[in-house]
Amino acid sequence: MKPAGFAYHRPATVDDAVAVLAEVSPAGKVLAGGQSLVPLLNMRLAAPEHLVDINRLTELAYVRVDGDEVTVGALARHADVEHDDAAYAVLPLLRDTLEHVAHPTIRNRGTTVGSIAHADPAGELTAVLTLLGGTATLRSMRGERTVAAADFFTGPLTTCADADELVTSVTFPVPEGRTGAVWTEVARRHGDYAVCGTGVVVTLDDDLRVAGARSAYVSMGPEPAVLDLTDAVAGAMYDDADWAAAGRLAAGRLEPDDDIHATAAYRSHLAEVLTARAAGDAARRAAVA
Amino acid sequence: MSAAEELYEVSLVVNGVPRSATVPARRLLSDFLRHDLELTGTHVGCEHGVCGACTVLVDGRPIRSCLQFAVTVDGAEVTTVEGCTRPDGELGHVQQAFRECHGLQCGFCTPGFVTTITAYLEENPAPTADQAREAIAGNLCRCTGYQNIVASVLRAAELRAERA
Amino acid sequence: MTTRAFGEPIQRLEDPRLLTGQGRFLDDIGHGALAAAFVRSPHAHARIVSIDVTDAVDVDGLVAIYTHEDLDGRAGEPLPLLIPHAALTHGRTAYALAKDEVNHVGEPIAMVVATDRYVAEDVCARIRVEYDFLPPVVGIEAARDGELLVHEDVPGNVAAHMVQSRGDAVAAIEAAPHVLELDLAIERSASTPLEGKGVHARWDADDASLRVYTSTQASTSVRAALAARLELPPDRVEVIAPDVGGGFGVKIVHPWPEEVLVPWAAIRLGREVKWAEDRREHFVGAAHERGQLQHVRVGFDDDGRLLGLDVTVWHDNGAYTPYGIIVPIITTTQLLGPYKPGAYRAEFFSLYTNTVTVTPYRGAGRPQGCFAMERTMDAVAAYLGLDRTVVRERNFIRPDEMPYDHGLIFQDGRPLIYDSGDYPATLEKLKKLVGWDEFEAFRDEARAAGRRVGIGLACYVEGTGVGPYEGGWVKVETDGSVVAATGLTTQGQGHKTVFAQVVAAELGVPVDRVTVTTGDTRRFGYAVGTFASRAAVMSGNALATAARKVRDKALRIAGEALEADPRDLEIVDGVVRVVGSPSGAPGGSIPLATVAVLANPLRYAFDREAERATQFGGPVDYSKPPVAEGESPGLEDTGYYSPPRSTFANGMHAAIVETDPDTAEITILRYCVVHDCGTLINPRLVEGQIHGGVAQGVGGALYERMVYDDAGQLLNASFMDFLMPYSTEVPFIETDHLETPSPLNPLGVKGAGEAGVIPGSAVLASAISDAEGFAITRMPISPSDLFSLRLARESR
Repeated sequence: MKPAGFAYHRPATVDDAVAVLAEVSPAGKVLAGGQSLVPLLNMRLAAPEHLVDINRLTELAYVRVDGDEVTVGALARHADVEHDDAAYAVLPLLRDTLEHVAHPTIRNRGTTVGSIAHADPAGELTAVLTLLGGTATLRSMRGERTVAAADFFTGPLTTCADADELVTSVTFPVPEGRTGAVWTEVARRHGDYAVCGTGVVVTLDDDLRVAGARSAYVSMGPEPAVLDLTDAVAGAMYDDADWAAAGRLAAGRLEPDDDIHATAAYRSHLAEVLTARAAGDAARRAAVA
Repeated sequence: MSAAEELYEVSLVVNGVPRSATVPARRLLSDFLRHDLELTGTHVGCEHGVCGACTVLVDGRPIRSCLQFAVTVDGAEVTTVEGCTRPDGELGHVQQAFRECHGLQCGFCTPGFVTTITAYLEENPAPTADQAREAIAGNLCRCTGYQNIVASVLRAAELRAERA
Repeated sequence: MTTRAFGEPIQRLEDPRLLTGQGRFLDDIGHGALAAAFVRSPHAHARIVSIDVTDAVDVDGLVAIYTHEDLDGRAGEPLPLLIPHAALTHGRTAYALAKDEVNHVGEPIAMVVATDRYVAEDVCARIRVEYDFLPPVVGIEAARDGELLVHEDVPGNVAAHMVQSRGDAVAAIEAAPHVLELDLAIERSASTPLEGKGVHARWDADDASLRVYTSTQASTSVRAALAARLELPPDRVEVIAPDVGGGFGVKIVHPWPEEVLVPWAAIRLGREVKWAEDRREHFVGAAHERGQLQHVRVGFDDDGRLLGLDVTVWHDNGAYTPYGIIVPIITTTQLLGPYKPGAYRAEFFSLYTNTVTVTPYRGAGRPQGCFAMERTMDAVAAYLGLDRTVVRERNFIRPDEMPYDHGLIFQDGRPLIYDSGDYPATLEKLKKLVGWDEFEAFRDEARAAGRRVGIGLACYVEGTGVGPYEGGWVKVETDGSVVAATGLTTQGQGHKTVFAQVVAAELGVPVDRVTVTTGDTRRFGYAVGTFASRAAVMSGNALATAARKVRDKALRIAGEALEADPRDLEIVDGVVRVVGSPSGAPGGSIPLATVAVLANPLRYAFDREAERATQFGGPVDYSKPPVAEGESPGLEDTGYYSPPRSTFANGMHAAIVETDPDTAEITILRYCVVHDCGTLINPRLVEGQIHGGVAQGVGGALYERMVYDDAGQLLNASFMDFLMPYSTEVPFIETDHLETPSPLNPLGVKGAGEAGVIPGSAVLASAISDAEGFAITRMPISPSDLFSLRLARESR
């Protein structure tokens, strides 16, 4: 299990990086933390001709909190985001979710942007970005563009990023209003990819009645889907809403697949149970927010 | 492929000692340490980042050396299990705790545990038993059933405090 | 450190090396060696049409590519069938490199030797193999159908069919007041040591000798196998097991294809060659175990006493049978556990499938047998409405019935006779440890809180310490240190500590003065291997015998020097002295080191100790030859231990589980073990063995399975998807011991290595069944499986 050979590039600036990507496109692949990519390389399931290592782009090693959004640069490790107190203060969902991403040693190296650019349908951060209606910023020699999460993910392991584009950052907006957000998942082993995972954001009005509820999932379909659950619970008091109905609504709209760890039926059942649990918890959080 | 691969000089400070070797870009850090620097304490159990046997500290943080190219971490400070001893060469606190608690059997996974726990205790000097179990949850051991490794974490915390 | 090391939980002598990165595992050796890699079949069943290396030969760094047609002489013959058996009528083994046909994904087809492993894999990727596909046989049902064949000359895919019986079980069941039938299944798992296999070979042309390091459980037998395969005189072959990163059974098989090929290539090339198996290779190129279907028919009386038991097992042996049919033999004999059914009949079919070969994995068929027996006990209890411990107790062999002859033949070809054990006492301890009688109160409490909990138990008896023999060699050096060696190998059990404890106790020296070498044919040439929980029994007793001989010799020599009767002498802390006298008393004592000097009269002085042993070194009795008649120089000796039959350890486990009513997640709340492996040499290490075994039992029950698709592809050949438990999946393990010494060996010890794993699936199935209110009949069980079972019951 040793990777095939590749031409190696280690640009020192973002400008250099996009220049290299343009030059080698479409045969280039960006290497950031490598926690998803290097296993594929070691197993020779991927063998890009060119590897563009962005680990020197320290200008992208940041977590910025800017009022109502958290922006994460492409070289911020999961652990940097997880342990960023300012980010936690405005958007605790990030830390709460990151604690479910593999194990600390992986989070020490893996980057949040990298896992989003990898677009694994089992990747928690892809779901969170979609759930929050976040954006990804892409740079190339042709310029910079910002893409909504819903448009960014185009299928399992595929995004709208062109081969010459570098995802330089992602932005997680803080939900507006009186909201609570919760991530929960069931995994076979602690730290494994979830069999089913869901993040739920619940918004309450001033009377603590449910004004809105949205959820997103991992391992429940080819790409992260956001569901609006509001219809099942709108207007109910936060501690009296029929969250089970929200769970049923969610399960009815997801079409998971069987795999070696779980049947589709079990996944749907988990989606129902976990959605209800997470939504109830999120509502309680919103009530004290 | 018949053309020779481009080579890179990679310099690291390993366990406080500057070391360098010239290797292709695809040389994994685990292989660089083991075969180029002949520091074979770091072990390779899966080469896909799951077992944790290859865990080393890069600039103080535990990482999987099988998921890094040596060239990527050129210039870094690396600590391997060989560097977890006391300055006089005696067993370090984590190593001593493993010995006292029978925290190892075959010893193959052990270096990854020792490095992981060493870094963990720097951040969390007095873990509970549950936290100790959680702290080692990213490393696989097939021999011990982990119970004595959990005990080793707790004992290492005591020894560390005593030696401080 | 005191000399009373035997029985003490002392720290391990091997640890400082291993803890500081100074261990030497296979891939830590031979930095300058060439690297080998293999082209392995991506197909489960196919004929090889052609192998094309055109694209591969110009890769920079390539040294050699070999296929079957390159294998000259005996290297090209099928690999040996290690343990033949009359019932194994259709044994088949692979070639080191596939000849015309491949029978499982992962079977090696071509060997590449290159400057390093990266380049070797580059070459492998460029070798093109053309195949003619054959339909694969995957799964026990498909094999049993016999419609498609793995080997075209093996009808019905049946490698072996065997029946053993005692009494007329069929008639006893017919006549019984109650009869139950159970259909059970256990899926595949595997040993999965953290270190894969590996081989390093060096041919010394000047010396015409071969040195092979291999990550094996049987270095001595590897030597014999290599000498035969490579047509070398055995004394020109040295095989050494270096530090081995876990075995758990998979490394007892030998010679693996790579074990033949790497030395073969090293000789041919005149260069050091090394192969270190990677994780993916290990999943598809080593061995698996466990997979069985079972049918049980049991007849019993109103009290739950078994009157007749009839078991049929369909055992999946994979593509080949290099290790014979040990596993199903053990399943069908050890199934009986601590019980004595009135009559017993066991029949098994060992079946070929186009999957990785099956050879023993820790427990070696016992977990399956225990599962069948214990599911049966629970079924009987449920049927009669009796407490599960009561039904078991009523079927126990009583202590006063020992030795107990089951009237069957065990895996070693010898009668299945239990030597000792107190099963009622073990059960009593277990009930107390887990709080069996208080559980219903806990269940009520949990239920009131909306929680679902269950308790289960499982009992087993394990035949350990099988023959034929092991040997040991012990020598006292002239500095008073002791070196010892035994031929069997070690994979993390702490043998070097345990054997040092045995030797230290016999010789009266501090344990840290004893250095033990294992698994090195240069140090000890006669050995069998490490399997079947046999090391402490076999080599422990052999080393004790050797050490006792050395002790006797030391006392003889010291007696002459001290002018004392040897029977009045003892050895304490490395000093021979008159019994009871304080050491250091003038004229009353002599250091063992000095005795070693006296034992080896020298002509040449090369150091101060040697000077004392020369002919002018000290007072000499000129009436006697320097070495007495019948004696040999040196304070050393060799001893062997060969048991009449196996010694039987036993244990019982209980578990309390919680099953989530919503998510079907299964959590082990408590796991309790009571264990009796006879006299304990080092309780700390025995406990460690139990912990590790339990973790593997939990893995096999709740997490690990080998998932093959219909095409014979292993879908989870990685640690991502083969779910070995992390610390967060293994419960805290509570243990208690009994020590019922074995009457069969001088130390009174029984094996402990495999025990922990045996009842894992049985006890957790019992507890989950109890929580859920319906019987679990198939293991492992995942939350998704449990959810499906719940659905199926609701819809009934």
